[in-house]
Amino acid sequence: MRFIPNTDQDRKEMLEFLGIKSIKELFKNIPEELLLKKNLKIPKGLSEIELVREMRLLSEKNADLEHYSCFLGAGAYHHFIPAIIPHLTGRSEFYTSYTPYQSEASQGLLQTIYEFQTLVCELTGMDVTNASMYDGASALAEAMIMAFHITRREEIIISKTIHPEYREVVKTYAQAKNLKIIELGYENGITSLEELGKKVSDKTAAVLIQNPNFFGSLENVKEIERIAHKNKVLLVVAIVEPTSLGLLKPPGELGADIVVGEGQSFGNPISFGGPYLGFMATKDKYMRKLPGRLVGATTDSKGRRGYILTLQAREQHIRREKATSNICTNEALCALAATICLVSLGKEGLRKVAELSTKKAHYVFEKIKGIEGFEEVFSSPFYNEFVIKCKDTKKINQILLKERIIGPLELERYYPELKNHLLFCTTEMNSREEMDELVNILRKIK
Amino acid sequence: MKLIFEKSKPGRMGISLPDCDVPEKKIEELIPKNSLRSELRLPEVSEAEVVRHYTKLSTQNYGIDTGFYPLGSCTMKYNPKVNEEIAELPGFRSLHPVQDEELSQGALELMYNLEKILCEITGMDGFTLQPAAGAQGELAGLMMTKAYFEHRGERRTKIIVPDSSHGTNPASATLCGYESITIRSNEKGTVDLKELKKVLDGEVACIILTNPNTLGLFEEEILEITHIAHKRGALVYCDGANMNAFLGIARPGDMGFDIIHLNLHKTFSTPHGGGGPGSGPVGVKKSLVPFLPKPTIEKEKDRYRLDYDRPLSIGKIKTFYGNFGVMVKAYAYLRTLGPEGLREVAENAVLNANYLMKKLKSYYYLPFDRVCMHEFVLSGKRQLEEGVHTNDIAKRLLDYGFHAPTIYFPLIVSEAIMIEPTETESKETLDEFASAMIRIAKETEENPEIVKTAPHPTAEGGRTHPSTKGGRRRLDAVTAARRPNLRWKKLDK
Repeated sequence: MRFIPNTDQDRKEMLEFLGIKSIKELFKNIPEELLLKKNLKIPKGLSEIELVREMRLLSEKNADLEHYSCFLGAGAYHHFIPAIIPHLTGRSEFYTSYTPYQSEASQGLLQTIYEFQTLVCELTGMDVTNASMYDGASALAEAMIMAFHITRREEIIISKTIHPEYREVVKTYAQAKNLKIIELGYENGITSLEELGKKVSDKTAAVLIQNPNFFGSLENVKEIERIAHKNKVLLVVAIVEPTSLGLLKPPGELGADIVVGEGQSFGNPISFGGPYLGFMATKDKYMRKLPGRLVGATTDSKGRRGYILTLQAREQHIRREKATSNICTNEALCALAATICLVSLGKEGLRKVAELSTKKAHYVFEKIKGIEGFEEVFSSPFYNEFVIKCKDTKKINQILLKERIIGPLELERYYPELKNHLLFCTTEMNSREEMDELVNILRKIK
Repeated sequence: MKLIFEKSKPGRMGISLPDCDVPEKKIEELIPKNSLRSELRLPEVSEAEVVRHYTKLSTQNYGIDTGFYPLGSCTMKYNPKVNEEIAELPGFRSLHPVQDEELSQGALELMYNLEKILCEITGMDGFTLQPAAGAQGELAGLMMTKAYFEHRGERRTKIIVPDSSHGTNPASATLCGYESITIRSNEKGTVDLKELKKVLDGEVACIILTNPNTLGLFEEEILEITHIAHKRGALVYCDGANMNAFLGIARPGDMGFDIIHLNLHKTFSTPHGGGGPGSGPVGVKKSLVPFLPKPTIEKEKDRYRLDYDRPLSIGKIKTFYGNFGVMVKAYAYLRTLGPEGLREVAENAVLNANYLMKKLKSYYYLPFDRVCMHEFVLSGKRQLEEGVHTNDIAKRLLDYGFHAPTIYFPLIVSEAIMIEPTETESKETLDEFASAMIRIAKETEENPEIVKTAPHPTAEGGRTHPSTKGGRRRLDAVTAARRPNLRWKKLDK
């Protein structure tokens, strides 16, 4: 086997050194009745040629965004990935390393994480952030638990305009932790302030919202913040499409206590849903309540700047059952891709990506709502996703597919009340030609 | 080295983007002015500078590709290159998770097959690939435990963990609202049956065991343990971090474990990426299958579909279906190895560990002197008598070009040094590493100062690993924690 360097001769010498006759003797502590007498029933091993052939065939059974145009977002966004990103994350010194426990041999990765932390703070307008989380949804669930630890209150209010899968993940974590989830309805595509006013109480730990929300609409964050803080309730804002932060006011400026989000849009392929990276940022005063790895700057014994994993007293390997979370492995390599993407874009580039995404969405929105049978649903301002009501959404998507277009999300899948509603998405990847073609096809549908 | 922010200069740009091809509108006409941010302080650097910056940083990082990485419990084996290429195929990399499942049949087939292979390797009846890492798998496993007992109308509030367990075990238990009961290990380093029986009452939901345990020792009484647990109605959970030890040799399912999580980024060769992405699939026995996270992947004739209609499921623990890109690599690895290959992995991993253990045991204290599995734990307590701590030994290893083992874990061994060589290392590498360890043991007696002040990144002799060459000396961890500096604040000015 090509991954094992020991030869028969090596093994013979090693066994002699150990004073035993066969490798079997090393397994003598396993009860005889447990030792497998036959080979595992799994497919036989393949050569590299056969493997690549088989895997390529398998991959070609999928319809991918390099061969289809795409108007689907819903929590996974098709953005431009500059060629330098795979080249740099493909440096094997990065990707074949472990969590940087030995800081003196891991300065490279530690510095990139410190840069990542700086970038996330700047984008979100928060004081402090960690080295990344599994994804946006689990980051939101961890934010809920953090809010419980801070307030010791057991009710969580969550807006229905949050990504439905995020809400499911939050529910799963809440159930385990015995926290009570209260859902908040929406009006005109944004969280109902009236309902929030009624449901918030001195039992509420936090209000969880997403901005821009699942429908692409901009929430009235300032007003939600006012209601939350009046009741000493924490405000948690989730950012699922983080390119929006190139244009929109950072949640920190709007008074958020914890900001979480999904960083996939920054340089990470859409990859059938993962690996992505979550982020989580908060105010200085809650620093020690954060879950996950933190990298800090320090100096070496010669006074030179260096980086190190720090504040580990919060973590599971030290605190065990009293830890802030059980998370250890995070998504360092995805965070590195995001870091390289963000610094490459820079202030002009990120703003441009956000503007292109917005302008294209509004362009195609205007065109579609001008077609007979296609209606605007919510009048709230939106970023790069929007909702359209029409007839027979399934048929529309089938027709689009024939033209090699992966069409919008049929919202009924997540919102039974939104039958015949479609959620469209555009990014800088959608050309005008593509959008005009989409509109032409929709126009012809009877 | 400078931060990327310190290299910024107004007017530089690292990316080219197309001009806006739709009729230009002012952004203020589309988004209300009071929602727009006033400034965005991202660095401005050119593409070439970005490439040089991160390439240079990569050279200051120790990876398996540049050296031996005997980090115990982490299974730092070689990460096959072809798997990286396969995960980059457009049909995998550029696949939208929300598109109709008819358009993703290849991906679902891969996941379905991977689940089946993992079932066979572990002896389990069902698997979920959703968890993003081992710790999240563990959490999912305990959530299923909780749902299982709730469904049966039983109230159980406790989880038993041995004192040698990973910190994630009790931390996951807390996240599920369980109380953790820690039991002492016996003089052989394994579970003390008497201790276990004492605390194993009707309130115990689950016993979490790592097998082989974190000392690298097989739990010889595993059949007895799972038997008495089941007799009292409790489940037994296997922390599968150490699965590399008996791939194709024995199966946790046959040992009586009800639940297991695997770490694809350990046992199945997917790279750790400097701390993720990982993947932590969870396997369960039949009685727990209804509680698996949803959706599950089902096969009907030649089609694969996602099944969300699972009323007893614990729900979702991650968006979409898990870390798919990692699954692709693990699947490619398993297809390469086949049954014989897997067995060879375990045999050589165990042989390498025992060989290295015997080479070192006359120089370092070996608290449990018996045949080990894929890893073993030494103690630096002999060296401590000379004032040299295990942390110093770890740092000194860098001067000899090696990454340090896992240190100060498990907690039950003082000054622990946990070494896992893996099967992908040659006898020559093991011999060189042993020489370095022996030299350090001698230095501890003859010149302890050089060990205590390590690393010496400019040390003569040219052994220093490239990642540390000319790099940092010992970093000040105390100040880092006392006065946290977690981001570059000059941006604020």
